[in-house]
Amino acid sequence: MAIDTLERTAKQLVLTVQDYSLFAWRAFMNLFTEPRYWPEFLVQSDIIGFGSTSIVLLSGFFTGGVLALQSAATLSQFGATAVTGQFVSITMIRELGPVLTGIMVAARNASSMASELGSMVVTEQIDAMRALGVDPMRKLVTPRIFACISMLFFLTIVADAFGILGGGAVTVFLNHQDGPQYFSKAWESLRYPDIIQGLVKPLFSGYIIASVGCFYGMRTTGGTQGVGRSTIQAVVNAAVTIILVDFLVTRVLLALFPPL
Amino acid sequence: MNDPNTSAQPGQAPVQTPILDAAPVVAFRNVSITFDGPPVLEDISFSVAPTETRILLGPAGVGKSVLLKLANGLLRPDSGSILLFGEEISQMPEEKLFALRTRAGMVFQEGALFDSLTVRDNVAYQLIVERVADEEIDRRVRKALRFVELEETFSLFPSSLSGGMRRRVAIARALIRQPELLLYDSPTGGLDPVTSTTIIELVMKERDVYRTPSILVTHRLQDAFTLCTHRFDAELNRMVRLPEGETDPNTTFLMLEESRLIFDGSLHGLLHSENPFVREFLE
Repeated sequence: MAIDTLERTAKQLVLTVQDYSLFAWRAFMNLFTEPRYWPEFLVQSDIIGFGSTSIVLLSGFFTGGVLALQSAATLSQFGATAVTGQFVSITMIRELGPVLTGIMVAARNASSMASELGSMVVTEQIDAMRALGVDPMRKLVTPRIFACISMLFFLTIVADAFGILGGGAVTVFLNHQDGPQYFSKAWESLRYPDIIQGLVKPLFSGYIIASVGCFYGMRTTGGTQGVGRSTIQAVVNAAVTIILVDFLVTRVLLALFPPL
Repeated sequence: MNDPNTSAQPGQAPVQTPILDAAPVVAFRNVSITFDGPPVLEDISFSVAPTETRILLGPAGVGKSVLLKLANGLLRPDSGSILLFGEEISQMPEEKLFALRTRAGMVFQEGALFDSLTVRDNVAYQLIVERVADEEIDRRVRKALRFVELEETFSLFPSSLSGGMRRRVAIARALIRQPELLLYDSPTGGLDPVTSTTIIELVMKERDVYRTPSILVTHRLQDAFTLCTHRFDAELNRMVRLPEGETDPNTTFLMLEESRLIFDGSLHGLLHSENPFVREFLE
């Protein structure tokens, strides 16, 4: 009995991964053939990009602040509080900026994509679109994916900048350390590989957020309860996949650009 | 849409075009489909001739909507073949199906209007995608809305419409590109009798004025019989009863029971069927 359940779950998991791979591949390739829906891309860029600015800005600022607070206590034991700026900027730009921004945007947008498309599925609006001769993948999914990739790139830069600012604020106003020293260390310690690492990751995360959100939305079944289920699955799976892919990308980029 | 005056003489009964021996608009050949569990449809064969209206009867949950979605390729059968406008669609790639579907209009059970768009944008959806000029879109949308007598809803959102009005807007959306086939999925389901009659009158108007072939799914016998025993009078702009004993020759019936097609024929054949399920359904 237990083995049967295990076998069924494993098959279901493999099928879901296969369906998702095909879905994500098709959505991506649609960009290279007509028709393309640029107005949809702009609308989604506004919703994802401008709409997520405040949460990304706040989470970036306070994450940088917390990093400065936590690191100051440890670094002071070694008399190395001067490198707080270096610690905050490298951690934010290489890791926490991309990952936290990805997770915050996933929480906001993967859920909204899954619930919006899921509602359209259960009210037959997706079928109506197909019956009207319009491909929902091209009209709804592809613009969301490319809007999410491009906007997450810029949102990550915003999060990084506000993270360093937050760290600076804590360093100056709470830790009572030297501000110019913090910012000069933050700037001087950065190398191009750090920036490349920080800006490559959001490209993957953006793709994951939108493709996972749309995938679960488009396969919604079971009415309004099903929409709720799809929303949960979209957020959970997008967040977990972002962290998993972040690990893999970090491993590859560290191999390509070894630390000094 | 065609000009009504070229299709029927105002005030006169529409010309009773006999079902032509032309290629069918839709043809099902031994079609079966199963989801999880027992077959939903099994070995279904029937066709829809040009100008023919086929009324698909059957109890709820018997697979009527599934059959309708198979007819324009929204679902694919497990076996058998489906011809739409002479083209085999059961194995056709989705990209090719999109072009074919633009030639057919479909009215969904609850209307399936896009709730974030206005009535104008809903009705004009295909035209907007095709990048038709705004003035042309407005003109054609107003004409389609006039057909369903809802011109005043032009700028409203679907959420501010009643259930019956939404179905009528859905009919206008299905008609705007002069379809060669209409698929109605329970257009009167869940509506009060007066609104149901309004919807059936619109279906009849499309049948008698524009002569569009159609498949209409319903489980309401009164709607089916009304379509058979009435015609649309373009001059009076309402439906009128046909003389006693006469029925519309182009309106025929299909009946489903437990995944199989158990009846395919005229109203007369339906009323005199010996099949126990048909008798029970009628009584």
